[in-house]
Amino acid sequence: MAKAIVEIKNVNKFYGDNHVVKDLNMEIAEGEFLSILGPSGCGKTTTLRMIAGFEQQTQGVITVEGERVENKEPFERNVNTVFQSYALFPHMNVTDNVAYGLKMKKVKKPEISERVENALSMVQLEGFGKRFPAQLSGGQRQRVAIARAIINNPRVLLLDEPLGALDMKLRKQMQIELKNLQKRLGITFVYVTHDQEEALTMSDRIAVMNDGVLEQIGVPADIYEKPATKFVADFIGETNIFEAIEVSADAAGQVALKSEIGEITGTDSEFSEGEIVYLSVRPEKTLLSAAPVSGYALRGTVRENIYIGTVTKTTVILQNGQEIRVANAAGSSVPEAGSALYVYWNPSDAVIIHSKSGKIIDAFENVDLSEYVEGSA
Amino acid sequence: MRRRRKNAIKKHTSRVFSALVYLFLYAPIAVVILFSFNTSKRNVLFEGFTLDWYAKMAGNTALLESFKNTLLVAGISTAIATVIGTITAIAMFRYKFRGKSIIDLLLYIPVVIPEIVLGIALLSVFSLVNVPLGLGSMIVAHVTFQIPFIVFTVRARLSGFDRSIEDAAMDLGANRIKVLTGITIPIIAPGIVSGAVLAFTLSIDDIIISFFTTGAKSTTFPLKIMELVRSGVSPDVYALSTIIILATFVIVLISQITVYRANKKSVKL
Repeated sequence: MAKAIVEIKNVNKFYGDNHVVKDLNMEIAEGEFLSILGPSGCGKTTTLRMIAGFEQQTQGVITVEGERVENKEPFERNVNTVFQSYALFPHMNVTDNVAYGLKMKKVKKPEISERVENALSMVQLEGFGKRFPAQLSGGQRQRVAIARAIINNPRVLLLDEPLGALDMKLRKQMQIELKNLQKRLGITFVYVTHDQEEALTMSDRIAVMNDGVLEQIGVPADIYEKPATKFVADFIGETNIFEAIEVSADAAGQVALKSEIGEITGTDSEFSEGEIVYLSVRPEKTLLSAAPVSGYALRGTVRENIYIGTVTKTTVILQNGQEIRVANAAGSSVPEAGSALYVYWNPSDAVIIHSKSGKIIDAFENVDLSEYVEGSA
Repeated sequence: MRRRRKNAIKKHTSRVFSALVYLFLYAPIAVVILFSFNTSKRNVLFEGFTLDWYAKMAGNTALLESFKNTLLVAGISTAIATVIGTITAIAMFRYKFRGKSIIDLLLYIPVVIPEIVLGIALLSVFSLVNVPLGLGSMIVAHVTFQIPFIVFTVRARLSGFDRSIEDAAMDLGANRIKVLTGITIPIIAPGIVSGAVLAFTLSIDDIIISFFTTGAKSTTFPLKIMELVRSGVSPDVYALSTIIILATFVIVLISQITVYRANKKSVKL
C-alpha cells in the first residue's frame, strides 16, 4: 500500500451516552479512492466529519499528512468536503461560489478567475458562471459543489453521499465522471455512501461499517467474495447464510458442517472442530438439483421465479422454512414453481465466516446442540 | 344556464366581499387624507380644497418636535433591537442548551403580555434604578418590546437554513466571523429587514409604553395627538398624518421590493 495520507487510530466518538464510532482504526492511502460503506447511523458520516474537523473525536488520534489534526479548525485543514446537500451559497453566483475558497486564501484576482474557469471546465460547466444555484438542476449543483472543493487543490477530498439526491441515470453518469476526475487529479477521495453498488463500482478499497464498528476494509472483490463478517456478507449483495457447526475437514480443506436443517459443505483454511460459524453462499453460486447431492441435506420447494432481465431469481423454501435465493443466468432452464428440489453448491464457492467474538450464535443459545452434532437430521 | 348564473353570482359575491374588506381597511385613511385638504375646520362636510393646513402644520413647532422625537426613538431603538434580536435568533438556532425551551417561552411573554403591564413594569424599574425619564428611557423601553419581534422574523428565515452551508464556508477556509458576515447574515438578510421594518412601525405608533416611560419634555407624535384629541383634533394633524401615511407607504414598498429581489435571486428558477 502506498503511503498513508490519513490515519485514524483508536478513534471513539460519543454523543452523550451514544457510542457512535467504536475503536476505529483505518489508514487511507495517498491517491486512493476509498469508500466508507454502511447503513444509515453506522458512523460513516461522523467519521468523515471528524476528518474534516466538524466533529471532534472523543478519544484517539487522526492524522492528515502525518500531522495530528485535533486542534485544527476545519478552515485550517488541508481537506475539502463535498456535502450531501451540496451546501452552495444561495446568494452567490456559480463563479463566486467556486472562487470562495481562493478568496479566503487571498489568491490574486487574475489567478482566481483563471482557476475558476479551469475548475468549471473540469466539471463541464463552462458558461454557467453567472447563474445562481437556484437556477441550476440537481446535477449541475453537484458539479458546482465538486468544482468549489477541488479548486483548492486539497490533498484529500471528502464526499458525503454526494450523489444521494440524484436520479438513477444521472447517478450512474456522475459515478463514472467522479471516478475519472479522481484518476485525473490524483487526489485521495474518501467517499461515504450507503449504496453498495456505488461503492463496488467506484472504489479502490471499501471500508464497511456497521453500528460504529469497522467490519472489513479491502478491495471490492475481496469484500464481495470473501466477506469477513456476517454483516458484510449480508449487506453487500444478496446471500444465503447458514449457521452451522464445523464437524470435520479433509486434506483439501473441504469442511463438513451441521446446520439446523442438516449437513452442508464448505471450505475453510481455519477449521476448528465444534466451532460455530456462518456459511455464506451467493445466489449466483447456489445450485439446484433434482436428485440428492452428497454432503448437502437441503431439500426444498420452489416458491416462485422472478424474471428480472439478466437473471431469473428463484426462491426455494427449505423444510425448516428458511428462504434460499438462487439466481439462474438468462437462458438457463428454470425450475417449475412447486417442484421439490435439492439445494447445493460448489464447496469452494461457499465462504465460512468465523464469529468474531467467538460468541455462541443467538439461534443456538437455547438449543441442545449435541442433538445436531451426534444425531442425523 | 342555471349553473352559469350560479357561477356568476359566486364570482360577484367574492368581488363584492373583497371590495368591502378593502373599503373597511382604507376608508378611514381616505377620510383623513381628504379632510387634510378641507377648508372647514370641522370635519363633517367637505367644503373646499385648501393647502392651508399643511402650511399651518409646518409652523406648528410642538407637533414637528414630537414627530422628530418619534423618528429618533424609532430609529435608534430599531437599530439596537435589530442587532440584539438577530444575534439572539442565530444563537437560539445554532445551539442546544439546557433550558432553551424556557428561554424560548420567555421571548413570547413580552409579546402577549398586556402592554400596560409592561409599561408599568418598565416605569417602576426605571424609578428603582433612578433612570431619568426621557428619550433615553423610552428608547430602552422600545428596544425591550421590539426584540422578540426581530427574533421571530429572523428565526422564521433561519428555519429553512441549511447548516452545512456554514460548514462548507468553514471548510473552504473562512473563519467564524467571515462565515457570519459573508454567508449567514447575507442569506438571512430579508428576515432581518422585515423584522426591522416591523419593529420600526411598532415603535412609531406606540402609545402605552411610551406614555409610561417618557419624560415631561420628550413627547412623541402619538402622545402629542392624544393630548390634542381632548381639545379637538385640528386639520393640521390630518396634514401631518397624510404625510406619514405616504412615507409609510413608500417605506413598505421599498422594503417589499428589496425582499422580493433578494428572494428572486436565490429562489428564481
